[in-house]
Amino acid sequence: MSKYYLNYIDELESEAIFVLREVWAQFQNPVILFSGGKDSIVVTHLAKKAFFPAKIPFPLMHVDTGHNFPETIQFRNETLKKLGVDLIIGSVQESIDQGRVAEEKGKSATRNSLQITTLLDTIEEHKVDCAIGGGRRDEEKARAKERFFSHRDDFGQWDPKNQRPELWNLFNGKYFEGEHFRVFPISNWTEMDVWNYIKRENIAIPSLYFAHEREVVWRSDSWIPNSEFLTLEDGEKIVTKKVRFRTLGDITITGGIESDADTLEKIVEEVSGMRQTERGNRTDDKRSESAMEDRKRQGYF
Amino acid sequence: MEINNNQLLRFTTAGSVDDGKSTLIGRLLYDSKSIFDDQLEAIESTSQRKGHDGVDLALFTDGLRDEREQGITIDVAYRYFTTPKRKFIIADTPGHIQYTRNMVTGASTANAAIILIDARHGVIEQTKRHSFIASLLQIPHLVICINKMDLVDFKEEIYDNIVKQFQDFSSKLLVKDVRFIPISALLGDNVVNKSENMTWYNGAPLLHTLETIHISSDFNSVDARFPVQTVLRPQREGFIDYRGYAGRIESGIFRPGDEVTALPSGFTSKIKTVEGPKGELDEAYAPMSISITLEDDIDVGRGDMIVRSNNKPKPVQDLEVMLCWMNNSPAQPRAKYTIRHTTNEQTAMIKEIMYKIDIETLGRNFEDKEIAMNDICKVRIRTTKPLMIDSYRENRSTGTLILIDENTNETVAAGMIV
Repeated sequence: MSKYYLNYIDELESEAIFVLREVWAQFQNPVILFSGGKDSIVVTHLAKKAFFPAKIPFPLMHVDTGHNFPETIQFRNETLKKLGVDLIIGSVQESIDQGRVAEEKGKSATRNSLQITTLLDTIEEHKVDCAIGGGRRDEEKARAKERFFSHRDDFGQWDPKNQRPELWNLFNGKYFEGEHFRVFPISNWTEMDVWNYIKRENIAIPSLYFAHEREVVWRSDSWIPNSEFLTLEDGEKIVTKKVRFRTLGDITITGGIESDADTLEKIVEEVSGMRQTERGNRTDDKRSESAMEDRKRQGYF
Repeated sequence: MEINNNQLLRFTTAGSVDDGKSTLIGRLLYDSKSIFDDQLEAIESTSQRKGHDGVDLALFTDGLRDEREQGITIDVAYRYFTTPKRKFIIADTPGHIQYTRNMVTGASTANAAIILIDARHGVIEQTKRHSFIASLLQIPHLVICINKMDLVDFKEEIYDNIVKQFQDFSSKLLVKDVRFIPISALLGDNVVNKSENMTWYNGAPLLHTLETIHISSDFNSVDARFPVQTVLRPQREGFIDYRGYAGRIESGIFRPGDEVTALPSGFTSKIKTVEGPKGELDEAYAPMSISITLEDDIDVGRGDMIVRSNNKPKPVQDLEVMLCWMNNSPAQPRAKYTIRHTTNEQTAMIKEIMYKIDIETLGRNFEDKEIAMNDICKVRIRTTKPLMIDSYRENRSTGTLILIDENTNETVAAGMIV
């Protein structure tokens, strides 16, 4: 066999770097959407490589729901310091205070869909023309139809039936005033690829991904962490378990799994044996069969 | 699963509505254990609600709400699975609605194409169209799956007959590697496991075929082409004079010390360093994203191409292009479009529509010059400045282009340079 070929992870890495450089070349004011979750961490790591020895030439943007894991915020701040890049914060609490959105009511209320307004407002306020995200096509059925360069209209909306064809590696990022793009450099990566890459590159991730003791409550088939935002329902009780999180979202909706995986090696091993999708522990996706599609159409991540 | 030196194989699937394409993909995902329990449970309950017997594997490929409601596929969807031998990306393209546009999109990055034929119907018009598009896009490997063998009692003569039908017509196509496999996607025969119902078939099942197709020699290793995406100028201590040209190698091999020419300026220099994602390299090849520094300070920017001085592409302003039209508004002869070729952008005009391919007969139509959505035609294009091109047959990167409508910013056509 010829020695001139890349293995799959190197090919995915090169593809993502190519996409990130296209963003820099084609847009005026891009940002990386940084949640402190593993996918946005990997995208940021790839951006570091794409522009080395220059630093990442654009800021990170965090949509802060106010319902954070404290560990995530700490990790975010450390990352910024290391990279020497700026941070733009969009605050859901501010959107609520300004009356732009209303808090959901009822026992399954979350701030998940409230983020859409804050995200779009922040994009508009800072004249962002491209928001780079860590979305992957293997995550969810609506995401499987995403382009690398995904056009959003004046209202920030996604029209899955009228997407620009994307051929070879020719990405068209042209837009009119008021419109913007979402770009997904790791579209072709799977959860396993992300973990394998984190391990190979020894990328720092929040401690929440590693197994640790935590107060939790059993709800919707997973362990929801105790926090100041949690209201116990009848029959629920707080217990201490050794858990870890496969994805990180709001503390109110991100369920943990029982696990002993406290090293990257053990996590990779555990994930490769998983029989449930990672979003299976996210109550935001369980609302209906097209929960993700509906939110994406409105402008979600 | 550890990272190993496994390769990535991208393939596209084509078939008409009832050829069992979704079932085949569902079967590949299911039998390779790429489907998670919660996905399976969701499909099981939907299958029950719809009154299907057992689990309808085709439901795995449902995506958007409209698709589930109407039972059709609207857009290209991408699916992923991994075996101990390779990682796979499937570009799942719809069989009917706008199939040309979508199949061309899916085919543009594919190493291989699976074409499904219903064993009861044999080679039909649609098979010919799909094969033609695969050939037009120069997909290196075609795997023809003759499906629903269970409905023809797994008969060898039926399979042989279809293979012959296909060969008779495909001799006109430009595909180097064509393979045939009799399968039943529904029952799983010859998909992942060898069929016990077709012991007369001596070849490998589909998955094994996909795992072993030799793809590393498909890329062009001769013509070194490096379109510059952007220039890296760190402007910080230790790197004050640093000027790195960032881009992806589209073909060929680059090494420090190589004599190179920057196009279109024609300035020459030598490569000082080649840097990849892991640091400095002795050599780099497609499709690596790298940055190059040169010995001399010459003017190079986005849209320029760095090539080896002894092997240059042609600077051309008048191009002959096979064009696939992808937009609802038809082509306007003599209207101006933005042309994207590698990282270069120019203004272009369609000077002449030479002929249109009749997608039913695959013949050339010299009379009808109306170019609308899903049409494939040969055109002459003139650009305001020269593009550095290779023919598509020689190079799947520097031989391609897209047209963008300046009034809508939409990508309206994909072109392959003849």
